[in-house]
Amino acid sequence: MTKAPDLLYSEEEEALRAAVRDLLADHCDAPGVIARTESDAPHDLAAWKALADGMGLAGLLVPEAQGGQGATHREVAVVLEELGRAVAPVPYLTSAVVATEALLACGDEELLGKLASGRTIGALAVGLHLAPGAAFTAVRVEEGALYGELSGVADATAADVLLVPAEDGGLYAVSVADTDAVTVTPQIAFDLTRPLATVTLTGAPGRRIGDAGPAVRRALRAGAGLLASEQLGLADWLLTETVRYLKERKQFNRPVGGFQALKHRLAQLWLEVVNLRAAARGAADALATGEDADLTVAVAQAYAAGVAVHTAEEALQLHAGIGMTWEHPIHLYLKRAKSDAIAYGTAGAHRSAVAELVDLQAP
Amino acid sequence: MTDAAELKRRTAELLAAHPPATTDRLDFLKARFDAGLAWVHYPEGLGGLGVPRSLQVVVDATLEAAGAPDNDARRNGIGLGMAAPTILKYGTEEQKQRYLRPLWIGEEVWCQLFSEPGAGSDLAALGTRAVREGDDWVVNGQKVWTSGAHNSRWAILIARTDPDVPKHAGITYFICDMTDPGVDVRPLRQITGEAEFNEVFLTDVRIPDSRRLGEIGDGWRVAQTTLNNERVAIGGMRLPREGGMIGPVSKTWRERPGLRTHDLHQRLLKLWVESEVARLTAERLRQQLVAGQPGPEGAGMKLAFARLNQEISGLEVELRGEEGLLYDDWTMRRPELVDFTGRDAGYRYLRSKGNSIEGGTSEVLLNIVAERVLGLPAEPRTDKDVAWKDLAR
Repeated sequence: MTKAPDLLYSEEEEALRAAVRDLLADHCDAPGVIARTESDAPHDLAAWKALADGMGLAGLLVPEAQGGQGATHREVAVVLEELGRAVAPVPYLTSAVVATEALLACGDEELLGKLASGRTIGALAVGLHLAPGAAFTAVRVEEGALYGELSGVADATAADVLLVPAEDGGLYAVSVADTDAVTVTPQIAFDLTRPLATVTLTGAPGRRIGDAGPAVRRALRAGAGLLASEQLGLADWLLTETVRYLKERKQFNRPVGGFQALKHRLAQLWLEVVNLRAAARGAADALATGEDADLTVAVAQAYAAGVAVHTAEEALQLHAGIGMTWEHPIHLYLKRAKSDAIAYGTAGAHRSAVAELVDLQAP
Repeated sequence: MTDAAELKRRTAELLAAHPPATTDRLDFLKARFDAGLAWVHYPEGLGGLGVPRSLQVVVDATLEAAGAPDNDARRNGIGLGMAAPTILKYGTEEQKQRYLRPLWIGEEVWCQLFSEPGAGSDLAALGTRAVREGDDWVVNGQKVWTSGAHNSRWAILIARTDPDVPKHAGITYFICDMTDPGVDVRPLRQITGEAEFNEVFLTDVRIPDSRRLGEIGDGWRVAQTTLNNERVAIGGMRLPREGGMIGPVSKTWRERPGLRTHDLHQRLLKLWVESEVARLTAERLRQQLVAGQPGPEGAGMKLAFARLNQEISGLEVELRGEEGLLYDDWTMRRPELVDFTGRDAGYRYLRSKGNSIEGGTSEVLLNIVAERVLGLPAEPRTDKDVAWKDLAR
């Protein structure tokens, strides 16, 4: 048996969790998040500044020598659990994880330092639905200028730098502010708290920073593995909130949470969340150590979506009427959970990856 | 303070004084017990040294490397896992001295006389009566689902000593001599064809009061120690990847491509992933225990493994196609050990049906999770303040 992954939280990780939760309690209360979804500024850039600049969390994956914190995926996972619990509309997974991993693969120190500081936001310009290893769209490149259209790019409207794969196999950095040849057009996204956009490049100047293939693959693997922690955060909040509500809500002269049919459903959800916690910690630890990472990430993503969506759907049903209202935040969690089930590859795509990795071949 | 280095020293001393190659097996085990190296977290004089349980691995690894015999713990699971911790917690000094050493060595195997035909999930409703006569208790009743009763020297027994008080208050905990002429053990054949379990009929069985564990009427509380240890034992195993029920079906899938279909592939992958996640969850629970932060996850592990065992073995029967129509052997046997993965898929499918019943049904465990972990309201109770003799039955 190989060495078992460390599946617990360290004291430092718990302290980090408490600090992030405090910060989000101040910045991302549910009515504020709901109001922001229909405003001109769907991203909460004040919360982002506090997290990234104030607490230095954008640079967790970046070595100290390159301006980061030199931490690991384990700490990032704890941050994402908390961001999931708050459905916080900040570009953390996209910039501090996915774009940062692509830059780490390319070894681009200049941009790494900028993203680590949190003052520059980056986005990898591929569709959010792509699983690690999936084919991605590449744009045309002519004498360093990029031409083409990319859709479903998460958090692109908040990004200062886009990392764009091109047909020559390169990954190009495009600075949005420096050119009129980039148009970022918001799409109407199912998930109100993770905005999507179309990126149109009409001769935008790009700087080749490395090879797109390995960089995109590495970035999407980290995104998929750590998304499980965000999904854990969603499920954890949904279960906690539903249990709290059902202890309070009375019908037939008793708390609704005392009916056995509902108790059993909540206990099942608890069991799923307990399992997801182990899977998500496994993925975070495997990404940190590099041990067994492909399989552990695929296992976590093959499992996580079902739990997050099931928990959100049950939370809505058990809240009943109030859960159907725009005012109650459950719909934000349902929309995020359902979108997360597609983000960085569906559970089915990750099961196929598992089949390859453990030699359980299709007929 | 005894640390790992000191334990290694003591283990080396034991090995030097009683070389495994030239020492009788039982003599070695007795010497190990007397050296406090049997279960190091037990007190001195009772096979331990009063040090943390986590240090046991130091002793076990050293002894295994030296080729020393072990106490074949699987043969006395009830004794080691359930009777011993209960005796340690509630037994008198005399009882501890009398029972623990032969129990640990395996000279005396134990069984459990708890469940009754009329008291399953509602164990506290049990009706086996124990009536005081002089220095003895006279016991009459029927117990069921007793594994190993036919091989056991002793049993832990709970019986009703006062029918006039509410059910939880009138129970007393005893140690029952299985060689008493009033003890009649009969095999209970189950759906697999074999008989792992027994029915045990108790007719005027005489138990001296010196074999009572805990106070009269306090048996329910004493039994909680036993039952909590059962759930720890069921949920706390460490498994390698594909170490459980998913192992055999994965092997069949790899070796026999002709059996594969797309439908079975999707179902197999889903169960493979869930098995791996359950394994990680069990590993996380184990790490929490080692770190001294036990979580409530144990109750969940039994639920998860019961469902997985049933679904995986059911899938495997289907995967085998024409062979799935066959069964390896319906002969009535009395297996000494239960090997969940030793027989064919049909057997596993049938045996695993018991996984969601034995040691607490999945329905009761869901109630326990909902009430004790999530803090949801308890089920309405109509039996709490009613004398046992007046309960509906």
